[in-house]
Amino acid sequence: MPRELTQNRIQKIWVPTKDEKPAPRRAAGAPHFANPPTVIVMVGLPARGKTYISKKLTRYLNWIGMPTKVFNVGEYRREAVKNYSSYDFFKPDNECAVKIRQQCALAALRDVKSYLKDEGGQVAVFDATNTTRERRDMILQFGSENNFKIFFIESVCDDPSVIESNIMEVKVSCPDYRDCNQTDAILDFQKRIECYKTSYQPLDPDQHDRDLSFIQVIDVGRRFLVNQIQDHIQSKIVYYLMNIHVQPRTIYLCRHGESTDNLEGRLGGDAGLSPRGKQFSSALARFVEEQQPTHLTVWTSQLCRSIQTAEHLGVPYEQWKALNEIDAGMCEEMTYDEVKEKFPEEFALRDEDKYYYRYPAGESYQDLVQRLEPVIMDLESQENVLVICHQAVMRCLLAYFLDKSAEEMPYLKCPLHTVLKLTPVAYGCKVESISLNVEAVNTHRDRPEEVRRGPGTLIRRNSVTPLTSPESNIKKPRIDDLDEAPIQELPPSVASLALCSPSHLPLTLAGQNLRRNSSGLRDVLQPCQ
Amino acid sequence: MLDNEEFMLDTSPRELTQNPLKKIWMPCKNGHIAQRRVCTTNCPTLIVTVGLPARGKTYISKKLTRYLNWIGVPTKEFNVGQYRRECLKIYKSFEFFRPDNEEGLKIRRQCALAALNDVRQYLSVEGGQVAVFDATNTTRERRGTIVKFAEQNGFKVFFVESVCEDPDVIAQNIVQVKLGSPDYIHCNTEEAIEDFMKRIKCYESSYQPLDEVLDRDLSYIKIIDVGCRYLVNRVLDHVQSRIVYYLMNIHITPRSIYLCRHGESDLNIQGRIGGDSGLSPRGREYAKSLRKFIQDQNINDLKVWTSQMKRTIQTAESLGVPYEQWTSLNEINAGVCEEMMYEEIQENYPLEFALRDQDKYRYRYPKGESYEDLVQRLEPVMMELERQENVLVVCHQAVMRCLLAYFLDKTAEELPYLKCPLHTVLKLTPVAYGCKVESVCLGVDSVNTHRDRPEFVWDRGLHWIRENR
Repeated sequence: MPRELTQNRIQKIWVPTKDEKPAPRRAAGAPHFANPPTVIVMVGLPARGKTYISKKLTRYLNWIGMPTKVFNVGEYRREAVKNYSSYDFFKPDNECAVKIRQQCALAALRDVKSYLKDEGGQVAVFDATNTTRERRDMILQFGSENNFKIFFIESVCDDPSVIESNIMEVKVSCPDYRDCNQTDAILDFQKRIECYKTSYQPLDPDQHDRDLSFIQVIDVGRRFLVNQIQDHIQSKIVYYLMNIHVQPRTIYLCRHGESTDNLEGRLGGDAGLSPRGKQFSSALARFVEEQQPTHLTVWTSQLCRSIQTAEHLGVPYEQWKALNEIDAGMCEEMTYDEVKEKFPEEFALRDEDKYYYRYPAGESYQDLVQRLEPVIMDLESQENVLVICHQAVMRCLLAYFLDKSAEEMPYLKCPLHTVLKLTPVAYGCKVESISLNVEAVNTHRDRPEEVRRGPGTLIRRNSVTPLTSPESNIKKPRIDDLDEAPIQELPPSVASLALCSPSHLPLTLAGQNLRRNSSGLRDVLQPCQ
Repeated sequence: MLDNEEFMLDTSPRELTQNPLKKIWMPCKNGHIAQRRVCTTNCPTLIVTVGLPARGKTYISKKLTRYLNWIGVPTKEFNVGQYRRECLKIYKSFEFFRPDNEEGLKIRRQCALAALNDVRQYLSVEGGQVAVFDATNTTRERRGTIVKFAEQNGFKVFFVESVCEDPDVIAQNIVQVKLGSPDYIHCNTEEAIEDFMKRIKCYESSYQPLDEVLDRDLSYIKIIDVGCRYLVNRVLDHVQSRIVYYLMNIHITPRSIYLCRHGESDLNIQGRIGGDSGLSPRGREYAKSLRKFIQDQNINDLKVWTSQMKRTIQTAESLGVPYEQWTSLNEINAGVCEEMMYEEIQENYPLEFALRDQDKYRYRYPKGESYEDLVQRLEPVMMELERQENVLVVCHQAVMRCLLAYFLDKTAEELPYLKCPLHTVLKLTPVAYGCKVESVCLGVDSVNTHRDRPEFVWDRGLHWIRENR
């Protein structure tokens, strides 16, 4: 009657032995996949931060393990209409254009359906203006036909300086304006906004839209109106949106100075700094002084080496237990060689699937992400912060900021005595790596070449599986169509953003087969005569 | 201790020692350490409720206070109605609340001021972090007074307004909490309801709800129709955003939460703590009884949660229904003491053993956790529990104590000594301002894993002293 249990070798999770039909388990603290998928629908005039919110939210949801993807209708439009001429395209009386825009929206919705039904997606973010009731009704209809939950996020802002700033940051350099000078681009974009204004019907919580689930973000988060939250994921989304802000600020990530355990090649433990580690800490103090950040918050873990490093700074700091290094359980304080000798099977398993692998009586990277989530939430609400942490922890945090998948995360390079300076810019994060020129041992282990990836290890997917936010369906440089100019997603000026654009497919979920072809966009379009 | 001023230490870096109880590294001399607290605000926060009578202000105040205290933010509520009852001694009728009753107005104003005075005492002198000022506060004038008071004392203000016009909800509230109030001790039900409705009327004419334009510079959340809609304005800091998140997750739909431990395990029988053993034969018996108990309860749409330890999962497997595994529900990590018997700990780690009895809540096992750590990691579980309806949580002794302490508003002192025996289910049903508890023993024998608070503990000099508690 009660089934026998065995412990899965990699994740150390107890599962029923006869596994033809596992007890429908969902994973720790995450929304059920059994629930209907959700379509998040952005609403708002151009330059209101819809795409910014879409991308950021998607990055967060993927990091906590909710497969999420953005569908930006503007991209579909750029596919369909190769060369953007002017704002005339967006005039409400431009019938031909209206038709194209409608078809683009439909094409995007088709891809949404495919992502949520066939590709294992759980949340789709439909990023477009969606400013008319008619358009939103169409989406609601689509949602009800397919049994998707619909959640609207409307961004309302009339502060001219904010709008201008948005236009400068992300519109002027967008593909539409690659042949324009700055002034012309701004003028044209503002006229584009006017095209939408006349037909804009904001969400109406009192009457027309009182039964819809939505959040209105007003004036970049000064004010929120939240209506009819249906479930856990919507409540988390609202909480996230309330914590993020757009104030310029810098996040500094670094590890503790080299420790005595590091010198011996030992994992974990709670050792103090080596002499070089102390040197680094002094160098860090000088670095921080040079940077002159206004009001810097300093966070450490509760492990000695991290705190000792902070002590050198001579400023107040806060200890977080959640920032402690990954718990290596029975392997704590061993060297890799000792682990290999005493626990050869464990050693091999870890290389097979480093993200999911849980040390016996210890933790996995997946566990780390779960315990770091409140740290990320608090980090979002902060301004200038320096986080002095540990290798695995820093990899998790970095993966969040740079949109890295579960596959990549455990192999991100986070060397000792190097500070990563993260600055939010446009839709992503600029990263500067600053070595403080104090020698240290290298604690990085690359992904081993000859790792056999057994199929068995990928079956059980707990929820917390950071995925790189999937590439848009509109392919980047297509190899087969050489006569068309490649579509550049990111403005070339911000070259260091290359770090944040996913360079390869995210980890495939069981049952998920990501298709790279833009699904029949051409079929849908009938160019009008 | 929270150290929030910017200061340059004359001798940095300072030497560190590890506090033996909490295993926290701190500077040797008299330096403060800023240990991660829930809220890192420099200044205390004053939460001010706003709304007509019977809109759930006291319900929200008490629940919020309970939650904040549980996660470690010292919070206290100040209910002006109670001050009024102290002052007046005997409540006659709604006439006291008439807007033209000058004598009444004077007394009510004095009560509010007395309460604010106690707020100041609590936040500025007694180390409180959050004070909840629970009163109608329905006029802009009254709110202006409070804002000024807060400014003078360096407190942040956050308003929580409850707006509701649904007559059913209001009637329910009156029946649940007003009829039993000391004000109506000598009335029958009809009289009480009638009087209370008239009382509400007295406030209605002067009620100035928080306004989008006039109050645009205030920080507040407006809760409309028991959570259908929220208006959130100017959230200033992380604490406020957490309060908002909490308020948006709670609901008042009737439901029950069942808490129990796994069935007796093999390590339990040996008197060993922690580990990851399976169920003993009696433990398996219990799992079967639990299945029967659950079936008899006939619960609508029950969710079952377990930890990721074998013994809770085995217990849930017996139920034959889907269940969810949470790492956060794992038992407290006893670090180096895992799988030891208490006698072995006493022999091998006598100092640790003594320290634990000194302050069981804050005591952290070497390379392990404390109850305090447990609460931190259980917070997301709690939040999800608030969202859910009928849930059965199959967990462990220390974990169950933490969850129980939340629902029953137990202090950190009491928490580690709450009785959570094996093979017993606690059924919690929210009622009025609190929680009804039914303890159901499923009639399967087991060992007793409870250790009472010892009468004698070691003091710093390792002398036996008698506890004065």
